[in-house]
Amino acid sequence: MKVLLCIGHVPDTTSKIKFTNNDTEFDKNNIQFIIGPYEELALTRLLELKEKIGDLNITAINVGPAETEPTLRKALAVGADDAIRVDAEPMDAFFVAKQIAEVYKQGDYDFVVTGKESIDYNGAQVGEMLAEILEFPSISGTSFIDIEGGKAKLEREIDGGKEILEVDFPFVSTAGKGFAIEPRIPSMRGIMMARKKPLNVVAATEAAAKTKVTRFYLPEPKSACKYVDAENVEELVRLLHEEAKII
Amino acid sequence: MSILVYTENWEGKFKKSTYELLSYGNEIAKMMNTPLIALTIGNVDDNELKSLGNYGAEKVLKISDPKLDVFTSKSYTKAIYEAAKAVDAKVVIFSNNVSGKAISPRLTVKLDAALAAGVMHLPTSTDPFLVRKRVYSGKGFADYELNADIKILTLNTNSFEVIENHKDTVIEAFSVQIADSDLSAKPLSVEKTSGKLLITEAEILVSGGRGLKGPENWGMIEEMAEILGAGTCCSRPVADLEWRPHQEHVGQTGKVVAPNLYIAIGISGAIQHLAGVNGSKVMVAINTDPEAPFFEAADYGIVGDAFKVVPALNEAFRKFKQGS
Repeated sequence: MKVLLCIGHVPDTTSKIKFTNNDTEFDKNNIQFIIGPYEELALTRLLELKEKIGDLNITAINVGPAETEPTLRKALAVGADDAIRVDAEPMDAFFVAKQIAEVYKQGDYDFVVTGKESIDYNGAQVGEMLAEILEFPSISGTSFIDIEGGKAKLEREIDGGKEILEVDFPFVSTAGKGFAIEPRIPSMRGIMMARKKPLNVVAATEAAAKTKVTRFYLPEPKSACKYVDAENVEELVRLLHEEAKII
Repeated sequence: MSILVYTENWEGKFKKSTYELLSYGNEIAKMMNTPLIALTIGNVDDNELKSLGNYGAEKVLKISDPKLDVFTSKSYTKAIYEAAKAVDAKVVIFSNNVSGKAISPRLTVKLDAALAAGVMHLPTSTDPFLVRKRVYSGKGFADYELNADIKILTLNTNSFEVIENHKDTVIEAFSVQIADSDLSAKPLSVEKTSGKLLITEAEILVSGGRGLKGPENWGMIEEMAEILGAGTCCSRPVADLEWRPHQEHVGQTGKVVAPNLYIAIGISGAIQHLAGVNGSKVMVAINTDPEAPFFEAADYGIVGDAFKVVPALNEAFRKFKQGS
């Protein structure tokens, strides 16, 4: 079997963010980029499945300029078999979904896994858009996946509970919390091997972006914290009621 | 031309978030001078449907089709697509919840539309269509320009006020063609964690961190939540240590919440945690460490031992509730 795993190239979760060029661009200075946390979980679980069913080729894909290659190499070091970079600035979610759909059609993949949401633009769109373009079923926010007897069994979080589903191939699943428990990190051997694994660069396909960021903002600075004495907690209740008018 | 709002129902009932969504849609309908139409899928009685008229819906399209008794993103997208086409919707609005997140990107492709997910405010302009949303998991905001004839928005819960605006709403049955091929993901079973307040919808959240030392100490957190009618949640280490279920984890890689009041107990306030909660209107931090970064983000703070402060605070909250 073959799976296409979409890998996001995003700022480390501990990053303090800044904007530049009159607040129209994200300032990449001093930012460390990582594999998106949900994609990291997805890769981990796919490796577990590979160990279980034996025959599973994992192709990591990213749509981005050359600077995203270290992130793809990291996915190879963790255990992906090969990688594809679609050489383009990711204009918006629709643009990215179109690129991945094109790559999917060129290969003989059986299913696609993405993270449920990128931690930069928080769009939560690529996986579902891709499913619609390819006319596949989609299961979003998947918290568990297993493959058995030619079918996939997935669990997804729903409002106020969880649902277990069975789905035929092909499909798109977007991975959320719980997909795997502890993300795998590359071993020394993995890093050595990653250098020799194929990372193919392909040209972008024509697609028009539908959305554009015109300006970024940082949150307004908060006013200073008002302290209440630990021996006088009634004062907090009074403040929440009379000043904040929240209770 | 119209504005279409997908009003999801839960066993035939709407929630406060449904009315927030309609109130939001109604303001956009006013900006664009076009009627507001609500769309429901499933069995909702006419009285409940009529309630949508209290928040500006001039018409309610009702789809009842046994094929839609189970949710799949593909079949629901198809149904909503047909309705959007029929009423010439220029803006389609969803709640930014599980189903809204699953349907809206698919519908965007099908309608050749432009999508902004997780908006919290009205568009600042409708031509060009500009709307602000959170980016970098709440560490920033961005103005998005939507460049397509049809715009799709998903609205965060608790971010828009319910505004009454009475209309004599008309209920209209709408039928759709759903093929078996639209239903290829088959639900086998559903597990409900019933009775509990959804943390993404709660108006008050009481949240515990590693400072609480162990799952056995959550009694006082649950007690505070009960007194305040609040939901309970936790920081990432607490979920990772399995002191609390993963569904309760709030933060950058957990759930993003924006209640009216967020009470953080024994949570130091790592940047990833703050990113997931800084949309809250008022934040209270209780921590033994006066240097805890949460105090920089909080509106009110108590430096002290949670094991002494929380029981005393519960007592004070209880007295307040009894008095009010």
